[in-house]
Amino acid sequence: MATIKELSKKKEIISGGHRACAGCIPMIAMRQVLRAASNPVVVGCATGCMEVVTTIYPYTAWRSSYIHNAFENVAATISGVETAYRILKKKGKIPEDTKIDFIAFGGDGGTYDIGIQSLSGAMERGHNMLYVCYNNEAYMNTGVQRSSATPYGAFTNTAPSGSVSFGKKQFSKDLTGIMAAHRIPYVAQTSVSHWRDLVNKVQKALSIDGPTFLNILAPCQLGWRFPPEKGVEIARLAVETCFWPLYEVENGKLRITIKPKEKKPVLEYIKLQGRFRHLMKDSAKDVVDKIQKEIDLRWEELLEKSKV
Amino acid sequence: MKEKGWKEIPIGGTIVEPGNAVEYKTGSWRTFKPIWHKDRCIHCLICWMYCPDEAIIVENGKFVRFDYDYCKGCGICANECPEKANAIEMVLDRKI
Amino acid sequence: MSTIIGLTGNEAVAEAMRQINPDVVAAYPITPQTELMHKFADFVANGKVDTEMILVESEHSAMSASVGAAAGGARAMTATCANGLALMWEIVYIAASLRLPIVMAVVNRALSGPINIHNDHSDSMGCRDSGWIQIYSENSQEAYDNTIMAVKIAENKDVLLPVMVTLDGFILSHTLERIEILDDKQVREFIGEYIPQNHLLDINHPVTIGPLDLQDYYFEHKRQEAEAINNALEVVEEVSFEYSRLTGRNYDVLELYRMEDAERAIVALGSTAGTVKFTVDSLRENGEKVGMIKLRLFRPFPYKEIYEALKNVKSFAVLDKCISFGYGGPVYGEIKSALYNYQAFIPAVNYIYGLGGRDIKPTSIKKVFDELKHITKEGVNGKLIHYLDVRE
Repeated sequence: MATIKELSKKKEIISGGHRACAGCIPMIAMRQVLRAASNPVVVGCATGCMEVVTTIYPYTAWRSSYIHNAFENVAATISGVETAYRILKKKGKIPEDTKIDFIAFGGDGGTYDIGIQSLSGAMERGHNMLYVCYNNEAYMNTGVQRSSATPYGAFTNTAPSGSVSFGKKQFSKDLTGIMAAHRIPYVAQTSVSHWRDLVNKVQKALSIDGPTFLNILAPCQLGWRFPPEKGVEIARLAVETCFWPLYEVENGKLRITIKPKEKKPVLEYIKLQGRFRHLMKDSAKDVVDKIQKEIDLRWEELLEKSKV
Repeated sequence: MKEKGWKEIPIGGTIVEPGNAVEYKTGSWRTFKPIWHKDRCIHCLICWMYCPDEAIIVENGKFVRFDYDYCKGCGICANECPEKANAIEMVLDRKI
Repeated sequence: MSTIIGLTGNEAVAEAMRQINPDVVAAYPITPQTELMHKFADFVANGKVDTEMILVESEHSAMSASVGAAAGGARAMTATCANGLALMWEIVYIAASLRLPIVMAVVNRALSGPINIHNDHSDSMGCRDSGWIQIYSENSQEAYDNTIMAVKIAENKDVLLPVMVTLDGFILSHTLERIEILDDKQVREFIGEYIPQNHLLDINHPVTIGPLDLQDYYFEHKRQEAEAINNALEVVEEVSFEYSRLTGRNYDVLELYRMEDAERAIVALGSTAGTVKFTVDSLRENGEKVGMIKLRLFRPFPYKEIYEALKNVKSFAVLDKCISFGYGGPVYGEIKSALYNYQAFIPAVNYIYGLGGRDIKPTSIKKVFDELKHITKEGVNGKLIHYLDVRE
């Protein structure tokens, strides 16, 4: 396990001068992932905030090789690059001692929704790549629309709260579970607030020869409506309330990597976010209760699975 | 950057100068500015870990300075600086 | 040295691919392309090629993976048709914009709906604006030859664009023909080694591929792309000439068939050209001055060449196996535009035919030539767009 001092010695892969919002947590997520990589990387990015803000022509914030193809196909695109790497190495066109890690980044729109087919295919085929979902729980790049990762009760511009609506009516899809069901060597959930956990998981994933998947909760100040300095704090509360449990599934074995000492009520998490503001009234108490109930249910399920 | 003609740029939109975004200074976006209190800093580098903008310069495992060319003034560094240190303070940026 | 063997169109393209020995082939099954990939997969399974196949979960991913592979500096190929091509549409454009010399066989099939598995050109014609070079094949020999030439055209430094080699579904893809095959060594020497520029896997020279390109540079990159595909016309001619020296088979952007003194002509592409030739021969026996122009290259469009070929005829018809709804046949439109460029006015009509695999017979071709007699005399006094062999 690398210390923070050791990590700080490596040249950053993403430069300054990118156009992410002040306090962008997905950007921190990507930085943490890339700090954990020890080999040179080739990065793919799905269309989305991180693609846009890092590569506005003629500028690029990428110091590594980088490709953006489209929204739904970063996994298939990196499949192609990784395959090219294997064959060109075999043919001697890439030096034998070259080692490259392949990392695909997608937001929740590009991963949970439009990109899930491409992701599923790439994982099933067994490409040697790490797929990272920076999950900010809605389509933020296009102006905050609901995705299948958006939590129950949250306000988005396509599922707003109103006189007859409390926001999103469905619970988020368990994508990490779906990826674990692919029975790939390594699947994990992590959060920028727990950087050691995140770095450990990335290092573990990159050490594996095969497909690996990481789902990182990445609060968005714009879409979640909180002050720019609060993102890490909110991410931490997501873990402490068990809204976003940190766990890994390694060769089928599930392990909870961070167990909160005391499981905080979800209210502490949602009350800091403007996207849940409409729930902060007595008439919406049943919605908050329902969120809490679902969190409890999923947490209990996870505890059960971790005992197997 | 002077805008170039179609014969002068690499084909397909490929950018061949890695990390040239450093030429684009985002410091001007800032409303608040972080101030470092050297005497209180414990060099835990948590601020560095949580800076989205490569705006915290670390040398040999120690905080050296803020890079105000890129700092957008989000304040995460101040918010995450351990309470016992409290070495970063956000102030209104004078330039505005 | 060449060998003569019996192959279907699909097998002929697979054979060309074996000889090309691409680094990466990404593929997803769709009728009538499937046997092409079966055959190629068999080469892979038996170590006849070094290729890594990516057996993707959709055509969208087939093109996406091809883009990834090509951006990684690999020689990448794929094949599809119809709905598969439509599904990869978005990435078809991106492949060209990123200037990746991917070669794709399109086993032409009608584009739904209603769903139909048989041949017409609605699939490839639909992506004529995508920035891909399009070469149409009359028979399986041409499909084989075009596939080999396509690699060299795509990778030419003045082009660097993807190439689509088409062959008519079932009509060619599933029909056994006598094919003359080059030696492996000849093919490999002809196409040469691919030396990619600015690719992802050159880790000492990192590149950013596919950035967000806004008002200040997008247009410049499109202008480059336009220049590249215009350059391709000359490159196709050069490569075809070089290939003819190797094989004795002459290819040009157009094939002129008995056009020397022709007064009436038909323009066609794909396998129908063979049927038209047969009809021309039989009409010529009766002393009729008829001829045919086969369009081999549709993108870039050979405007000048088509004008030169048509300038002396008294009337002509264009056969289109595709409808651009609200207009007519796409080939017809291009040819009329070519004549306008040279201020030539020649009476011309369009025949839409063969949609969804409807067979085209010499008797129908003869009807078109007969109609041209009237048009020569009286000009076009009615509809420009006709539908051949459709029931009223």
